[in-house]
Amino acid sequence: MTQIEGAPLRRAVIAFTAFLGGLVLLLASPAWAEGEALKGTLQNQGQPVNGVKISVVAEDGSPVAAVTTGADGTWEVPVPKAGKFKVTLDQTTLPSGVALKFKDKGTLDVQVYEGNQRNVLFALAPAGQQGSGNTSGETSSSFWDRVAQLTFEGFNLGLIIALAAMGLSLVFGTTGLTNFAHGELLTLGAMAAYLFNATLGVPLILAAVIAVAIGGGLGYLQDRFFWGQLRKRGSSLVAMMIISIGLALFLRYVFLFFFGGESRPFADYNAQPGVQVGPISAAPKNFIAMAIELAVLVIVGLALLKTRTGKAARAVADNPALAASSGINVERVIRIIWTVGGAVAALAGVMLGLAQNINFQMGFQILLLVFAGVTLGGLGTAFGALVGSLVVGLFIQLSTLVVPTELKTVGALLVLILVMLFRPQGILGRRERIG
Amino acid sequence: MHADTTVTSKKAAALAAFEGIETEPGVPKPDPILVVEKVVRRFGGLTAVDVDHVEIQRGSITALIGPNGAGKTTFFNQLTGFDTADEGSWSFNGKQLKGVPAHRVARSGMVRTFQLTKALSKLTVMENMRLGAQNQRGENFFRALIPGSWRGQEDEITERAEELLERFKLAAKRDDFAGSLSGGQRKLLEMARALMVGPELVMLDEPMAGVNPALTQSLLGHVKDLREEGMTVLFVEHDMDMVRDISDWVIVMAQGAVIAEGPPDTIMSDSRVIDAYLGAHHDAPMSAEEAEEQLQEAEAELEAEIEEKA
Amino acid sequence: MDWNTIFVTTVKASIGLETVVYALAAIGVNIQFGYAGLLNFGQAAFLGVAAYGLAVIVSTFGLSFWLGIAVGLAATVVLAFLLGIPTLRLRADYLAIVTIAAAEIVRLVFRSVAFKDVFGGSDGRQNFSGDFYAMNPFAPGTYGIGPISFNERTTWVLTVGWVLIALSCALVYLLMKSPWGRVLKAIREDEDAVRSLGKNVFSYKMQALVLGGVIGCLGGFIFGLGQASIQPDLFGTEFTFYAYTIVILGGAARVFSPVVGAAIFWVLLVFVGNTLSEAVGAGVFGTAVTVTQVGSVRFILVGLGLMLLLIFRPQGIFGDKREMALDAR
Repeated sequence: MTQIEGAPLRRAVIAFTAFLGGLVLLLASPAWAEGEALKGTLQNQGQPVNGVKISVVAEDGSPVAAVTTGADGTWEVPVPKAGKFKVTLDQTTLPSGVALKFKDKGTLDVQVYEGNQRNVLFALAPAGQQGSGNTSGETSSSFWDRVAQLTFEGFNLGLIIALAAMGLSLVFGTTGLTNFAHGELLTLGAMAAYLFNATLGVPLILAAVIAVAIGGGLGYLQDRFFWGQLRKRGSSLVAMMIISIGLALFLRYVFLFFFGGESRPFADYNAQPGVQVGPISAAPKNFIAMAIELAVLVIVGLALLKTRTGKAARAVADNPALAASSGINVERVIRIIWTVGGAVAALAGVMLGLAQNINFQMGFQILLLVFAGVTLGGLGTAFGALVGSLVVGLFIQLSTLVVPTELKTVGALLVLILVMLFRPQGILGRRERIG
Repeated sequence: MHADTTVTSKKAAALAAFEGIETEPGVPKPDPILVVEKVVRRFGGLTAVDVDHVEIQRGSITALIGPNGAGKTTFFNQLTGFDTADEGSWSFNGKQLKGVPAHRVARSGMVRTFQLTKALSKLTVMENMRLGAQNQRGENFFRALIPGSWRGQEDEITERAEELLERFKLAAKRDDFAGSLSGGQRKLLEMARALMVGPELVMLDEPMAGVNPALTQSLLGHVKDLREEGMTVLFVEHDMDMVRDISDWVIVMAQGAVIAEGPPDTIMSDSRVIDAYLGAHHDAPMSAEEAEEQLQEAEAELEAEIEEKA
Repeated sequence: MDWNTIFVTTVKASIGLETVVYALAAIGVNIQFGYAGLLNFGQAAFLGVAAYGLAVIVSTFGLSFWLGIAVGLAATVVLAFLLGIPTLRLRADYLAIVTIAAAEIVRLVFRSVAFKDVFGGSDGRQNFSGDFYAMNPFAPGTYGIGPISFNERTTWVLTVGWVLIALSCALVYLLMKSPWGRVLKAIREDEDAVRSLGKNVFSYKMQALVLGGVIGCLGGFIFGLGQASIQPDLFGTEFTFYAYTIVILGGAARVFSPVVGAAIFWVLLVFVGNTLSEAVGAGVFGTAVTVTQVGSVRFILVGLGLMLLLIFRPQGIFGDKREMALDAR
């Protein structure tokens, strides 16, 4: 190629890289440092619990401080510097009738980052109602209760996969790109929300909105300055697929560089006490997350069905040449798809972070399940992706009835391969037409 | 190059075979090389091909014509094993071909070319040609490792390829990448490569599409030469002048079905054919308004189709 | 900064164990992807089943080394058929998705608690390389030039590895010069055209997948033997993507490009890794970068390099743009 063609692209690549770099630098910047502290509020069934002794010990065993909760149940321990601390609640000082919800969670290991005022949560419950560990001991529950519970969890996972799959599938349908960097859009959403919520102290709901906006913006910029340019240049699909692998590797380890290797939760809605709805027990946040996921999927689905842009998007996915010849601005449609796809993926990331904590590999780990969902539903069809994702989510959770939990993903991926063997066009896809 | 005396004899033979045959769709031929029976292919609700019965006469040049979307290429795909027919059967030289994969169809002597030329652009012209040869010892994994086992055969193949390249005026391009050829040259290469297979029936999908007019005459000559060498040619074409010029027999498809057959001169004036091309209600040429109206109808249909599919 | 150490480890990396393992894996990828256009994103699994085949036969069941090699090879061939049969008739990206999924399945099964008795969980397997080192013709001592030398065990592994690389390259050279290779390259360009010329495309793709897997699996043996142990997480998807980067770096569809690519790749990676570690240790970046972060910088650079390579020089360092394999589709 000539210099003239190459120059704008090179600029675009630099701009894009710089933008990403800037974004992640923001993640790590200690500009908002105010002095680190550990704090929390002790509550039992909504009522503050006072007079409970809480002690903090540094990682090397040296004591930092011990405090007693105030009348409003709050406590705060300033710490000298960022690092790991052990926070212990003296269970003998709890008022009678109140106990730790999880007996083995009397001492917590927490990480305090630079400038971080870390919330530490001790879950309390009326004595006699506590469980052990994170699972609220359901060994006695019947088989059908477990099925109901797993169906619920599978549905939750399936909805998250579906959110991610929408964007992936539409991008594939309209541009032919199998985007291996789509998972990193999820991670980015989760990390952006984490940055605003845990580090900057913005309430999670607001932080999630900001993260979704960032995700959408990044989706737009990615197409505007990166994928769009590559398409214009006539890069082959295989080359673009491998470029997306490069981008995924790059982003994933940029996340590792700044975020570190551990998993961290958001600051809000952490260790929410579960509620029982019929045979299903789950934290309220799960119900709300599912409602949001469903609402977004319905909105996106309706937009695809009813709006001009949505119809155009489906037309382009169906047959780009035909759509272009009937007057649809294909590039514009693709850009909208990238923007919406990025925003929805960021939301999926936040939801995933809420369900299982945030780490640098979360997007990649779920990407294979998203691929499974998309392929199962039929590559390139938006609604097929939705159905396929729900099937994958349900299958993964329900398969734990018979296979060990650690192998649940294996089952789902095996089903993917079997579907390829017997129905390569997916559940809702059509046979491809040659020539 | 095109020996005139033999041309007339082979052409005369072909024309003689068609003498006195009725011009009805599906009419039997005296010596058919290919017999098609009730082939149906559906895409969702759309029936792309529904051919009741058709026979192709051995040693003739038969044209397959029809308006856009008539299902000609899909029909080609069925016959050559590139797509699976939903129903029906067809036989080549008496051998049933339904369900036979594409490469075995080609080996049995029925070789096709493609509407969008498939020259292998990162291979040289010569490598393209060599690829066409059948029963190559060096194409077996283990014998490939012993060059001595296939060198001799490779030399024979190269010699044959050079003769063909000479004939198709591509000899000078022998070692160029096929990607560097012009559109017309690619068509020539694809045809020459198909001949390397040693076919009895050559199926050409729009051999003239996108060819520079200067090359058209030469391509026509090559197609005629195939008949002179005893091969049968079945080709899809839009250009009526070309069809009239070289074909001995014409088959007309519309909406997936064969609607008419006959010699080129009579078929052009067949009312069924004119209807198929112009739509049943037009017996006069279209006016500008009518053309505009048709265009809008077509667009509305397109949109409806998009609606329905999604 | 200790430039001497950086220099020595960098030079050693150019012929070291990683280079050998990745070169073999990349030769396999080059056959599949470079010549035949198959997107096998599960090359790590081929190395994995081979290495585990050997390790399990020897250390879990206490059987002989050569039986282990035979089982490893057989497992590779079986895996190739399992992956190829459902996908080789479909579009290229289906194979990509299925192979990457299969590679994860293999890794998760290897590291699962359920099969810990057989595969050893996340700790993997040890004690299977004794027979191999018993065959070592090199007497104890170090071999090499000055500081760039290896002990007798490493020398033995590297010798076997480089012999395997030489044999594989010779094999690829012979095949790609032959009509067999011609069919393969033609399939990469347009498989319908090849089909129309009477070639059984499915069979050739399968042969390419098996051959690429088998050559890759030699890398799996060398990896296991060289470290005298294997862990499931060695065979993650990053491994495969490294191999692709190597093939593209050298230039796809060229006989020696995977070998040269692997050497350049590891020299760069080791040099950058060491220099950064030294620099961080010497406080060049102050407290902004810690030693643990240097590890991620390596991957960041690989990702960036892969992108830039494909955008600006898709034919690789030594490739010729006209016969570049990548823009076929």
